[in-house]
Amino acid sequence: MDTKDELRLLEEAIEKIIAKARELGLDFNDMYFEICPADIIYTFGAYGMPTRFSHWTFGKAYHKMKTFYDYNLSKIYELVINSNPCYAFLLEGNSLIQNKLVTAHVLGHSDFFKNNLHFKRTAKNMVESMASAAQRFRGYEQKYGRNKVEAFLDAVISTQEHVDPYSWVGIQEPEEDRQTGEKGSGTKKNCLTSGKEHKETPYDDLWKLDNFQEKQSEEKEKKFPSNPQKDLLLFIMEHARDLEDWQRDIISVVRQEMLYFWPQMETKIMNEGWATYWHLQIMREIELSEDEAIEFAKMHAGVIQPSRFHLNPYYLGLKIFEDIEKRWNQPTAEEKKKYKRLEGEGRKKIFEVRELENDTSFLRNYLTKELVEELDLYLYKKEKDEWKIVEKDWAKVRDEIVAGMTNCGYPYIVVEDGDFNKRGELYLRHCYEGVNLDIYYLEKTLPCVYQLWGRTVHLETVLDERKILFTFNGERIIKRFT
Amino acid sequence: MNGHYVVTREDWSLHRKGEIDRQRHQEKIKEALKNNLPDLVSEESIITSDGQKVIKVPIRTLDEYHFYYDQGKKTHAGQGDGKSKVGDVLAHEPNAGSGQGKGAGEEPGLDYYEAEITIDELAEMVFEDLGLPNLKPKKKAELASEAVEFKDIRKKGISSNIDRKRTVLEAIKRCALSGQDGLTKITPDDLRFKTWELTYKQESNAVVLAMMDTSGSMGVYEKYIARSFFFWMVRFLRTKYQNVQIVFLAHHVTAAEVSEEEFFTKGAGGGTRCSSVYKLALEIIKNRFNPQDYNLYAFHFSDGENLFTDNELCLALIKELLKHCNLVGYGEIKSPFYGYGDSTLRLTFKRLTDPRFIAVIIKDKSYVYPALKKFFAQTHGQ
Repeated sequence: MDTKDELRLLEEAIEKIIAKARELGLDFNDMYFEICPADIIYTFGAYGMPTRFSHWTFGKAYHKMKTFYDYNLSKIYELVINSNPCYAFLLEGNSLIQNKLVTAHVLGHSDFFKNNLHFKRTAKNMVESMASAAQRFRGYEQKYGRNKVEAFLDAVISTQEHVDPYSWVGIQEPEEDRQTGEKGSGTKKNCLTSGKEHKETPYDDLWKLDNFQEKQSEEKEKKFPSNPQKDLLLFIMEHARDLEDWQRDIISVVRQEMLYFWPQMETKIMNEGWATYWHLQIMREIELSEDEAIEFAKMHAGVIQPSRFHLNPYYLGLKIFEDIEKRWNQPTAEEKKKYKRLEGEGRKKIFEVRELENDTSFLRNYLTKELVEELDLYLYKKEKDEWKIVEKDWAKVRDEIVAGMTNCGYPYIVVEDGDFNKRGELYLRHCYEGVNLDIYYLEKTLPCVYQLWGRTVHLETVLDERKILFTFNGERIIKRFT
Repeated sequence: MNGHYVVTREDWSLHRKGEIDRQRHQEKIKEALKNNLPDLVSEESIITSDGQKVIKVPIRTLDEYHFYYDQGKKTHAGQGDGKSKVGDVLAHEPNAGSGQGKGAGEEPGLDYYEAEITIDELAEMVFEDLGLPNLKPKKKAELASEAVEFKDIRKKGISSNIDRKRTVLEAIKRCALSGQDGLTKITPDDLRFKTWELTYKQESNAVVLAMMDTSGSMGVYEKYIARSFFFWMVRFLRTKYQNVQIVFLAHHVTAAEVSEEEFFTKGAGGGTRCSSVYKLALEIIKNRFNPQDYNLYAFHFSDGENLFTDNELCLALIKELLKHCNLVGYGEIKSPFYGYGDSTLRLTFKRLTDPRFIAVIIKDKSYVYPALKKFFAQTHGQ
């Protein structure tokens, strides 16, 4: 069979799968399928986007993924981009049945991107804006030298996850600003108190507490920033004194791209679970030959294979969605009475969940005792030289998993003072919640922040239950317990 | 309406981005290796290898610095087969003995990258800025060899010197130009001949006297250090200089000239009298290597536990050696566990002010590379 025939067969299959997906209620953007050779797929996988700027860290990721592929250890069958139209890259050499599964899977992702609340603010033209940023970066390299640009990018990338994806929460913004979602920092208004006509209720004094606090802070010394700011990159971009325009541009680009990828990081389990759920549904309903059915079962089993060392998002997400569907299809007598749950509402419910939740709320609300036990989830920890299971109690397991997802698993760090010691020094605070920072990395990363800020930087955290302040003054790290 | 679709297949053959950044990453790994040279140089697997094989050097994957949680103190979630229970061991941390490895090994934790490198590549990095110091042209330079080098290609020549490959290439080119596929026949015009030139290699003759203490006080560790130094020294000399002779001398109370193999393998016992080996060295110089004709270098490795009464004699002999040698090096190996102070021998040597005498103290494996750099820095006393 030549490639033309293959392409035609694939098109026919996609036609059927798309029709089936629509019939089942999936709602996705126009699809753009592209068949790519392996190294291209792996490039995209490493960069997160085909058009992204160049950096050695991507080269490293690419090398690793490609090596795994070359040694047949793992394989990426597809890659989907959150964009409109939705780009999906299929691995050249996929068999027809593999491509069928992949297509069904990809439609699940596309539906998720389009409908999940957390993606509402992501730019849908990121393919183009990343390409133009990459172009500009190349220009900077030519103008200022590759090493200089690379060293600066190294520093920016080392702090890239310290952005604030929820800066818009609590701010009422004009309708036209919604699309960009980039405006607004700091000042929080309470939506509930801003209504003009306002009924008196016995709870009004609660709102007064808010005002009281605000007043108090006004009395204090003027602070900069007025409230702790989570968006470190934005703060540096706006307030670092010695940056040049091209450097601010790089910070801005890295920040935008992080904000674009953030919802994907915080819905990994849901997104993969949803796509897996739908490839199962769709594949069950379209006609498969016996060989195809076996091949499909094998592939599906590979996708949902659990691991002892981490949670497989495909498997966990799928199980939770299936469980929700089951529970809402056949509510218990108690649920019927207490929550007025009707029978057979499973589908409706999972569509609602896919629209409203992210991984944190998804697990907190729907990872039940029965599921934790059925899936045999546990917590493990390093004790001396051994990694040991330390917890099996379902609620603790669930809570710990959820806690680990806070801020996508990154330490939560805020800018406390941008003019510390009245010398323009940067004072960061790690919002400690029981887990220590890695000191080795901290001491290596702080100089990166210094490189961006241009003056002495401090980071406050907690070590062995004691507050500790790390300072980098351009020459060395000084630490002291406070 | 949404839900339209297109399927395409483009030509991606020019898309090289991943490759380019991968190469940049490899370059950076090389840089990192270079920074790790002090540790690599005394790596046991290298010293004991046959000098050919590819070695794998675990380096922490090029660090991407971020603020991270301490993985070792954090709990992680996993999934069992239905029978897991509290206390089950999932994995063992690999033995922490090998270096300052941080969080190596199983899943949670940091990546290690195994850089593959041949010993030759490593040697190239090690030797990059090493050279024999104070090298002077000597009378016997006529020893330098007359060499024939095939450097040029011409259209005329002796038929025994036909360059077959180039001739065939020419023929193929000519055929291709006239639109023919492959090779039809070779015309006289296609013929290419190799031609040679006579070159003279001017080499300064150099002799290195490698002296090692093999007394009882030199333990496994001390010998290992001395050996790794000499391993690189020998390798370095053989790669960079064609006419270097190396004389191996081992000593305890008495000294003897030994073969290279014996030098690297033999152990002995007993006390230490360093003067014995210096005397032997001087004798060898006198009998075999006239300083007028040779650049002489002497290197001595010892733990410094010399017979106290012997020290003054050693000093006098070193001064004598310095009259003949371009450089005299003394390496003292200190056990990391005790004795950080200078030995009496070294204290005695401290009275020497000649810049061509170089003493180093080696406290652990990572000092070997700096010692090499110090001894072979090319600029002493000039």
